[in-house]
Amino acid sequence: MSSWFQRKDKGILTPTEAKKEAPDGLWYKTPSGKIIHTRELKNNAYVSPEDDYHVRIGSNEYFEILFDNNKFTELDENMSSANPLKFTDSKPYPERIKASQKKSGLKDAVRSAHGKLNGLDITISCMDFSFIGGSMGSVVGEKIARAIQHSIDTKSPFLMISKSGGARMMEAGLSLMQMAKTSAKLALLSEAKVPYISLLTDPTTGGVTASYAMLGDFNIAEPGALIGFAGPRVIRETIGKDLPKGFQSAEFVQDHGFLDFIVDRRNLKSRLTTLLKMLQ
Amino acid sequence: MLLDFEKPIAELEEKLEDMKKLATESDVDVVEAVKSLENKIDALKKDTFQHLTRWQRVQLSRHPERPYTLDYIYEITDDFVEIHGDRTVKDDKAMVGGFGTINKQTFMIIGQQKGRNTKQRQIRNFGMANPEGYRKALRLMKLAEKFNKPIITLIDTPGAYPGLEAEERGQGEAIARNLKEMFMLKVPVICVIIGEGASGGALGIGIGDRVLMLENSWYSVISPENCSTILWRSWEYKEQAAEALKPTASDMKELKMVDGIIKEPLGGAHTDIKATAKEVKKVILKNFKELDGINVDDRINSRIEKFCNMGVVTE
Repeated sequence: MSSWFQRKDKGILTPTEAKKEAPDGLWYKTPSGKIIHTRELKNNAYVSPEDDYHVRIGSNEYFEILFDNNKFTELDENMSSANPLKFTDSKPYPERIKASQKKSGLKDAVRSAHGKLNGLDITISCMDFSFIGGSMGSVVGEKIARAIQHSIDTKSPFLMISKSGGARMMEAGLSLMQMAKTSAKLALLSEAKVPYISLLTDPTTGGVTASYAMLGDFNIAEPGALIGFAGPRVIRETIGKDLPKGFQSAEFVQDHGFLDFIVDRRNLKSRLTTLLKMLQ
Repeated sequence: MLLDFEKPIAELEEKLEDMKKLATESDVDVVEAVKSLENKIDALKKDTFQHLTRWQRVQLSRHPERPYTLDYIYEITDDFVEIHGDRTVKDDKAMVGGFGTINKQTFMIIGQQKGRNTKQRQIRNFGMANPEGYRKALRLMKLAEKFNKPIITLIDTPGAYPGLEAEERGQGEAIARNLKEMFMLKVPVICVIIGEGASGGALGIGIGDRVLMLENSWYSVISPENCSTILWRSWEYKEQAAEALKPTASDMKELKMVDGIIKEPLGGAHTDIKATAKEVKKVILKNFKELDGINVDDRINSRIEKFCNMGVVTE
């Protein structure tokens, strides 16, 4: 509670246009109704100190939490979507991209960077849910593939932070093939014996779960995160029954043997450090 | 059963039958009329099937009489030994596989299997595999690798099963693992989309040195109906969704996501199963011959490189 008063830095360092994932405004209300000052939330790795609720955050916040002194080198910063299929639903795909870029201040749904985590070299790709639901199209696949290649080339462990509704429909088959591409690169990473940690955050579903998110040497997750292949609505419609409480939560997925451990975001950096040091 | 666009052809064919019957029952000379009607049918067939919309091809890919995986296996192999089970949970009947010989070469053949009547459809779960199906497929692929036998996968699924137990047993993990492991298989892998290639459920057995599509199959990230439901918020825009998704064999070939197209008889695979299977067999053997000559590391590297080149971005 008192961390708000113990802050060393004055003012908020992250530029406002770059922190759309994080709560806007002065106060944040968690799903259980707890009200927290946003500054306090920020100093607590965006976890509510009242009820441990993990607020959805984006690549800016994760990079700040993980990289030492928020120092990192971004990879493929300017990569952006093309329109190979000339896809149009209610509006043409390029317009959707432009609108999303403007709204989120991001180029696409993933950012990659390398830097130091408690002094250890690391390459991180982190998805942004605020960009078309964190959907995976060519840009997401290609950026992740290149980040993995960077890990292989520099022998630095790879951390993937997933947060996605799945493949991006507007790139159709090309989105599907990103599952193949990223898995191919991860097979090479495995061969190179470079550690791969996959962190699944709320939510991780669809083609992302069915490819890189589930392929870690360590699959770990944030508490309470929704993790699954099919979305809850689809399953409910398929089986015609209500789903049991806690179905597809990180805890459920760990109980069924698909997660190595669940980690509170406030301990994420130290847990990663401990684990990576053991593997050196 | 007839699809809408098959009906005008069927009507003319019925008329032709009547005319021929009339000729045998009476002395009326119908030679000219028969000939002209046959030409008309031929022209209509050509016109219809050369100008199929994407949605019509999707309908053909699901034609209830369309050949399924086991139909192809029985048509193209000389011997076949079916192998069951994932050795962990159960035998998933939506995913079949086994060793088969084609012209004295042993292949491991794996594919999703749909049912032809209500009971079979239930048993086969409409060709929607559970995690144990993908794990069974992987077990069989590893077995093939051990005995240095090439692999053929026949893809025909409306998707991996989105059920409660499927989630409990890790549907996502099962598919993901197959993708990664298939890239490293030391034997040649040839994948053929024979009907529906829906999303991760199809890709889960779809990593190959050659990926081929039958002329009237489709392959995409989502079915046109589900895409319509999500993007247009109604089932009714499936035709538009099919156009937008560009999921047909020629679309996928043009976008370099598949390596080749296997021709079907005019009217679709179901009008002549034997001829279709013969063509499938021919194309598989031709591709196998090409792949068999390449050394293992090169083959794996080009498999990886091929998939890594998929995707279009700007920088």
